[in-house]
Amino acid sequence: MKEAGTPDRTITLDIFRYQPGERATPSFQTYQIPYREDWVVLDAINYIKDRLDGTLAYRWSCRMGVCGSCGMMINGVPKLSCAAFLKDYYPERVRVEPLENFPVARDLVIALDDFIEKLPRVHPWVVREDAPPAAAEYRQTPAQLDRYKQFSMCINCMLCYAACPIYALEPRFIGPAAIALAQRYNLDSRDEGREQRREVLGAHHGIWDCTFVGECTTVCPAEVDPAGAIQQAKLSEALSRVKDLLTPWGRR
Amino acid sequence: MGAALTRMTTYRRPVPFAWWLRNRGYALFVVRELTSVFVGGYALVLLLLLRSLADGPDSYAAFLATLRAPAALIFHAVALAAAVYHSITWFRLAPMAVALRVGGRRVPGGLIVAANYAAWGALSVALAWLVLRG
Amino acid sequence: MAKPTDPFWWLLFAAGGTVAALATPALIVLTGFAAPAIGATGAFAYDRVLVLVTDPVTRVLLFGLISLSFFHWAHRFRYTLEEGLALKQAWVPVAIACYGAAIAGTVWAAAVLLRV
Repeated sequence: MKEAGTPDRTITLDIFRYQPGERATPSFQTYQIPYREDWVVLDAINYIKDRLDGTLAYRWSCRMGVCGSCGMMINGVPKLSCAAFLKDYYPERVRVEPLENFPVARDLVIALDDFIEKLPRVHPWVVREDAPPAAAEYRQTPAQLDRYKQFSMCINCMLCYAACPIYALEPRFIGPAAIALAQRYNLDSRDEGREQRREVLGAHHGIWDCTFVGECTTVCPAEVDPAGAIQQAKLSEALSRVKDLLTPWGRR
Repeated sequence: MGAALTRMTTYRRPVPFAWWLRNRGYALFVVRELTSVFVGGYALVLLLLLRSLADGPDSYAAFLATLRAPAALIFHAVALAAAVYHSITWFRLAPMAVALRVGGRRVPGGLIVAANYAAWGALSVALAWLVLRG
Repeated sequence: MAKPTDPFWWLLFAAGGTVAALATPALIVLTGFAAPAIGATGAFAYDRVLVLVTDPVTRVLLFGLISLSFFHWAHRFRYTLEEGLALKQAWVPVAIACYGAAIAGTVWAAAVLLRV
């Protein structure tokens, strides 16, 4: 509802379009929509889809920053479109593109097969030889939880992969989220799978491809700090390798 | 008879050669990495100074004279800026590799950074005193 | 493929970075500005500096600083070339050149510090 006498304010969005059936190369399409101060970019895109151009394809779900579905490049920065407020860009134009470093399937939808393939590689589950206690659960103190909790907050939004220049140059790099996920289990007191994960993390295109640019942590919407997880993994893996070298008989 | 699955025709956006110019974070990252050239470069100059020392008082005095040349002073000025930027970024980032925990709680990052700066300051003063006391 | 040797270079890089972060700025001021300004007299007189440097502890510390600085440069510069110039395909010669230079520099530093 508009206040009497308030002029219509509009904002312009330049949105990346890629429609493989119709045109082999991508292009940008410009839309001018009403500006609402409390709208996020996702609201703007939904408005476009509902009222201006039903052909626009994109992913979204919870619209409140917990599902990780709506990651996009907004003015060149990887963001959740539900967390990017129009008022932070107004009156400038907003450029919306699909998440960087992933192949584009259609418009703002990326093919995320590579990410999905990498996650299970780090054995992201509690690895234990014995069976769980009958009619009970593994006990864990708040201090033990605190050791890995931060790394468990990942919402799999892939903004970190879009931000990482190493992943851009080397798609085989296992990537920030996968390593943070591995650390989440390595630091879990219930887990005994560190050695299994070492084979993946310490292998080629594991943690050693990372040069601590740090952009992954900067863009993470869940404050996981994947860069910190990777550096911790490097230190612990380096010390393990030295120990292996000095005590080759000690490997159990 | 199900429908055949069609493969997506995906589009791969090319990575620009000057990717590091794309945003401020990347550019500062490259500046940070290039400080290593001056860290290594200064170590080389220090080694040359020590060699001049080993070669005798005349060569030592001659080396000090070359250190007064404008080129040498400019190099050292740039190297100093690079070394300081290295220190600042190192103290901010290196503690992230160590999740220090005391009594079950994580030591706050600010404390570790402050401790690093204190060590830096103390060592610098100690070095200056060691070398300059007449 | 064999396990990457990166952890060992990385440890040298990390040690070098830490030592350089703590000591290099002060040393640059001392040897790059104070020494040429004061000249070969007083605190920087030849005999005095010789006594300071030939102390066995000082020799070891200087060797450590110089050698670790070289390894710090080698590891970081290698990756900068591989990423910045997208030389990833040529990583073997780049790595050999960088680490080789650091090893050569370390050997030279040992030779100089033994001779002093």
